[in-house]
Amino acid sequence: MSKKPKVKKVKIGKLERREALVGLIFVLPWIIGVFMFLIIPLFQSFQFALANIKMTPRGRVITFAGITNYTQIWLEDAQFPVMLIKYFWETLLSVPVIVVFALIIAMLLNGKIKFKGFFRLIFFLPVIIVSGPVMNLLTAQGAATIPAMNITGIQTALESLLPNAMASAISDLFSNMIMILWYSGVQILIFLSALQKIDSSLYEAAKIDGGSAWECFWKITLPTIKPMILLNAVYTVIFLSNNEHNAIINIIQSDMFAGNKGYGYASAMAWMYAIAETLIVGIIALLLLTRKDAYDKQVKRVKKEIKKQARALKIARRRGKRNGAKITKTIKKAEKH
Amino acid sequence: MEQKLQKLSKKLKNIKSDVNKDKIRKLLMGSREKDGLIKLLVVYVLLICIGFVYLYPLLYMISKSFMNLDDLLDTSINWIPSSFYIKNYFDAAKSMNYLKTFFQSIVVAGVPTVINVIICSFVGYGFARFNFPGKKIMMGLLIFSYILPSTITMMPTYVLYSDMKLVGTLWAFILPALLGQGLNAPIFILIFYQFFKQVPKVLIEAAHIDGAGFFKSFLRISIPSAIPAIITVFLFSIVWYWNESYLTQLYISGVFVKGDWTSLIVQLKGFDANYNKAAAVSTVGSMVSNNESVRMAATMLSIAPVLLMYFILQRYFVESIDRTGITGE
Repeated sequence: MSKKPKVKKVKIGKLERREALVGLIFVLPWIIGVFMFLIIPLFQSFQFALANIKMTPRGRVITFAGITNYTQIWLEDAQFPVMLIKYFWETLLSVPVIVVFALIIAMLLNGKIKFKGFFRLIFFLPVIIVSGPVMNLLTAQGAATIPAMNITGIQTALESLLPNAMASAISDLFSNMIMILWYSGVQILIFLSALQKIDSSLYEAAKIDGGSAWECFWKITLPTIKPMILLNAVYTVIFLSNNEHNAIINIIQSDMFAGNKGYGYASAMAWMYAIAETLIVGIIALLLLTRKDAYDKQVKRVKKEIKKQARALKIARRRGKRNGAKITKTIKKAEKH
Repeated sequence: MEQKLQKLSKKLKNIKSDVNKDKIRKLLMGSREKDGLIKLLVVYVLLICIGFVYLYPLLYMISKSFMNLDDLLDTSINWIPSSFYIKNYFDAAKSMNYLKTFFQSIVVAGVPTVINVIICSFVGYGFARFNFPGKKIMMGLLIFSYILPSTITMMPTYVLYSDMKLVGTLWAFILPALLGQGLNAPIFILIFYQFFKQVPKVLIEAAHIDGAGFFKSFLRISIPSAIPAIITVFLFSIVWYWNESYLTQLYISGVFVKGDWTSLIVQLKGFDANYNKAAAVSTVGSMVSNNESVRMAATMLSIAPVLLMYFILQRYFVESIDRTGITGE
C-alpha cells in the first residue's frame, strides 16, 4: 500500500495575511471609535430609554422603568408628538422640493453658459454659512421669505382641504422657501458633476434618431443620474434632521438637563426621532430603488432562463451517466452469471 | 420686359426675405446644433432670478446691519440706510468679546479638523487598499453611522465625557476625531476611500519592490497623489466644525458645566442674553439698545471669517465635488 501524497490545503498566502493585518492596523482607530462612540452608546441609549435616571451627588442612579418613558411622551407630553409628526411631513415634503430644485439648477448650469463659475459660486455660498443660530436669526427677522410671495391665500385653502399637520407643513414650506433653496447647495454640485460625466455621444445618437430635448431628458439624463438622485435625497434627509434649525433636536437637548425628565426621557425621544428618520430614508429608498429599468429586467429574465436551461442540461447529463453506469453494471452482472 | 424684370426682382426679394425670416427664426428658436436666443434668455433670466433669491438673505443682512435706530423705524427706508452706521458692529463685537472668541473658534474648528484629515486619510486608505475579513460589514457600519442621527448617541456620549471629565475641554472634540468619529467623518472617509481607489496599484507594488514598507508607500505615494482630496476634506471639515453649534455648545462650551472654550456661532446663539448683560454693565448710553440691526451685525461678524475664506479659496470649494469622484468615474 502506498501512502497518498499529502495534499496541501489552500491557505491564505503569507503576504496576503500580512496585508490584511496591515489593513486592519490602518482601520484600527476607526474600529475602536465605532465601539466607543457608536455600538456601546447605542446599547446604552437603548438601556437609558427604558430607565429612569436621576442625578444624585453620589452619581447616577439608574432604575429600570420599562416603557414608562415612551408612554409618558405619547400620553402626557404636549409638544413632542405633534412636533414629531410635523417633522415627518415637513421632511417628506421638502426633500423632493430640494432635490428637484437642485436638479433644475444643475440642468440650467450644465449648458454653455457664461459666468458659470460666478453662478456656481452663488449657489454654493449657503453651504458655507448655513448653521443653526444664523438660520434662526434670519428666519426671526423675516429674511427667509420672498416678500413678493403672498401665501395667506394658499394657507387658508390648504387648511380647509388637508389634515392639520400636513397643511401646516406645506405652508411652512412656502414661508421658508429661501431656506429650502439654501439647503440645496451640495446637491446642485453633485448633480452638476454627474451631468457633466454623461457621455455626450448618447445625446448625439438620440438626436440623430430624432429625439427631442424633452425625450433626451427622460430617457437618457434621468436614468443615468438616478443613483445620484437617491444619494442626494438621503443626504437631504440627514442634513434636515441633524440641522439645528430643526426644533426637535433642541427639545431633546433641553430635556436632557431638565429636572423632571432627564437622560432616560431624552433617550426615549431620541429613539423615536431616529425611527422617524429611518422611516423617511426607507420610504425614499423604496420609491427610488424599486423601479428598475425595463432593459435590466429583461436581461435578468434571460439570464435566469439560461441558468435554468443549464441546470436542466446538467441534471439530464448526470442522469445519463448514472443510467449508463447502471447499464454497464447490469451487463457485468449478466456476464458473471 | 420691364414688367417681367420687376416681377423677377420682387420674387427675388420675397425669397430673400424668406431666407432672412428663416435666419431670424433659427436665431431665436435655435436649431439642432445651437441653442436659440429665446432659450438662452430664459436660462439667464431664471439663473439671475434664482441667484437673487439666494443672495436675498445675505443682502438683507448687510443692509440692515448698517442701519441706525431711526432708519429701522423709518418706513420710507427699505434697503439703503441713510448713513453708514458702523456702531452696530462695534457694539456687537464688544458683547461677543470678538477677538478672544475668534481665536478660540479657530482653535475649536482647526485642531479637530487637522486630526480629522489625518485619521480619515488613514482609515480611507485602509479600506481602499487592503482586503481583510469583515471589511464589508465595516463599510456597512460606516454608512450606518452616518445615517444614524447623532442625537441618539448623544446622551451616553455625554455621560462618557462627563465621567472622563472631558466636558468643557477641547478633548471632547479631539478624542472622537482621533478615533475616526469626528464631525461628518464617514463622508470624509468615503471621499478618501474613493480617491485612494483610483491610485494605481502598480505604483505601490513598484514601491514595495524597491523596498518601501506599507507605511512608507502610503506616505510617499498615496498621500502626495491625494492632495485634492485632502484640501476638500480640510475645507469642508473646518467649515462644518465652525458652523456646528449644537455639539460645540453641549460638549465644549457647556450647557450644564461652563467650559473655558466657546465659538462665535455659540456666542451668536446666546446673543440676546449676552448683549443685554453687556449693555447693562457698560455705562448708560454707550451701547445701542438691542435691535435687529445689532443682531444682523453680529451674524455678519460671526460668518465673516468663513465667508472670506470661501471667496479666497472658492475654486477649491466649488471644484471639490468634481474632484473627489463621489459621482463615480
